[in-house]
Amino acid sequence: MSTTKLARRAGTGRTGDKVFSGAALGAGALIVAVLFAVALFLVVQALPTFSAPAADITGGEGFFTYIFPIVIGTLIAATIALLIATPIGIAVALFISHYAPRKLARGLGYVVDLLAAIPSVVYGAWGASFLASQLKVPYQWLAENMGWIPLFAGPASSTGKTILTAGIVLAVMVLPIIASLTREIFLQAPMLHQEAALALGATRWEMIRMAVLPFARGGIISAVMLGLGRALGETMAVALVLSSGPLIASLIRSGNQTIAAEIALDFPEAFGLRMHELIAAGLVLFLITLAVNMVARWIINRHKEFSGAN
Amino acid sequence: MSKRIDVSDLNVYYGDFRAVEDVSITIEAKSVTAFIGPSGCGKSTFLRTLNRMHEVIPGARVEGKVLLDGDNLYGDGVDPVTVRSQIGMVFQRPNPFPTMSIRDNVLAGVKLNSRRISKSDADSLVEKSLQGANLWNEVKDRLDKPGSGLSGGQQQRLCIARAIAVSPDVILMDEPCSALDPISTLAIEDLINELKDEYTVVIVTHNMQQAARVSDKTAFFNIAGTGKPGKLIEYADTATIFNNPGEKSTEDYVSGRFG
Repeated sequence: MSTTKLARRAGTGRTGDKVFSGAALGAGALIVAVLFAVALFLVVQALPTFSAPAADITGGEGFFTYIFPIVIGTLIAATIALLIATPIGIAVALFISHYAPRKLARGLGYVVDLLAAIPSVVYGAWGASFLASQLKVPYQWLAENMGWIPLFAGPASSTGKTILTAGIVLAVMVLPIIASLTREIFLQAPMLHQEAALALGATRWEMIRMAVLPFARGGIISAVMLGLGRALGETMAVALVLSSGPLIASLIRSGNQTIAAEIALDFPEAFGLRMHELIAAGLVLFLITLAVNMVARWIINRHKEFSGAN
Repeated sequence: MSKRIDVSDLNVYYGDFRAVEDVSITIEAKSVTAFIGPSGCGKSTFLRTLNRMHEVIPGARVEGKVLLDGDNLYGDGVDPVTVRSQIGMVFQRPNPFPTMSIRDNVLAGVKLNSRRISKSDADSLVEKSLQGANLWNEVKDRLDKPGSGLSGGQQQRLCIARAIAVSPDVILMDEPCSALDPISTLAIEDLINELKDEYTVVIVTHNMQQAARVSDKTAFFNIAGTGKPGKLIEYADTATIFNNPGEKSTEDYVSGRFG
């Protein structure tokens, strides 16, 4: 008797549960399927490149010699972007979450979000037509005074369209991503621990270092990785800003190229092996992004015990 | 070190709302003083004004004087950071820093303001503080493990160890046992009894038996109604408050006939 009393009542079916779990499973599976399909497409389309004779590849010395300079170019541009955007982004986020008066914080947060909504071609146009010409003089100065450092070897570009300019434009584009994501994390830092720090006699900055930044560590890394994803894959801005060329160490001369810009500029006229080559370049970019994300995951997990999640 | 606290005509405001009205009270050094009263009567708010922690809450401000052995905490040029390093606080919910080991939690306050401390000094301070908080024997073999892995009662004693590591003059406790089981509560109460040999202890509690057990003097706070400010109704020796209170409302509250 008691079992029938405890049986599921009629009319209170678990339709909602079933629909939701089905939808969640479907969405999860879809992501994996799309990722797999993209990877498969890249591999299949890239294969002819690897089997082609070295002399037929652009440059005439095989795929590795072709891809290596633009991989490095991509990494240089992304590194410059992150080196500039990460500290500024975190500082902006901290200012909004912990320093600014509430009214100012709200306005500023809105502006930062707006910055993220500007299309990349606009950034590219701005970088090419305004920023590049503004940077000509500083580059000249760098070449004259710091030219002994290979990074700033002259002669400086007369247009300012260099990999450093591209990196700065990318930094501006990545900044709102890092700033708005880390701001959200900083705002979630538990009041409990912030008060604990203050009650010990911590200044505001010490409180942030003790109770906010350690809490936000994983979130900061995720935000930087998302930013890096954009910096690595950004096409239009780099294509417009950078006057590309072979790989060189100097950041203030014309030269270097990124994978994404290379694909964008050459794809419309590519056919046959050249197209397979570009897709292979895309595959390399895909692998770089994958590796970067795995490293980030590993860094976050390494400190799990102290994350506060237990 | 322990110091006495003299509060005169203290008012606390949240924006325009007056939360605490005209409190004057003298808290003796090397004693335990308990604040009791119904929820919302302003006793926690008042406690926070004793180390300027109320300033964390936007819009909160204070009028009046709080003297720590004669020095006004609200005087010109007084830095709240310095005030808080001399008047420690233990909170309602245990809050060891989750990203730090037990050892680093104890040293957290000591390492502030870029002060440096040698490893041997740090080791002996960690041991002394944890022993002072009756926690040493339970954690001495796992000082490098995270503090968040301890039980609630152990975490709260870790917070007390962290507070006494900076050798404050006063320790404020805001309902330190309300999130703990009876055994852990007993451990904390024993500890409070030992702490008063060296520190001035002020404790806010909802548990009247606890106030009766641990405190030398008791202050009863009350409000006339919602939206009215909290007031200090009566302040006397704990035995007097519980056995022979001077005010009718105190008697009603301690005997459970309140409201």
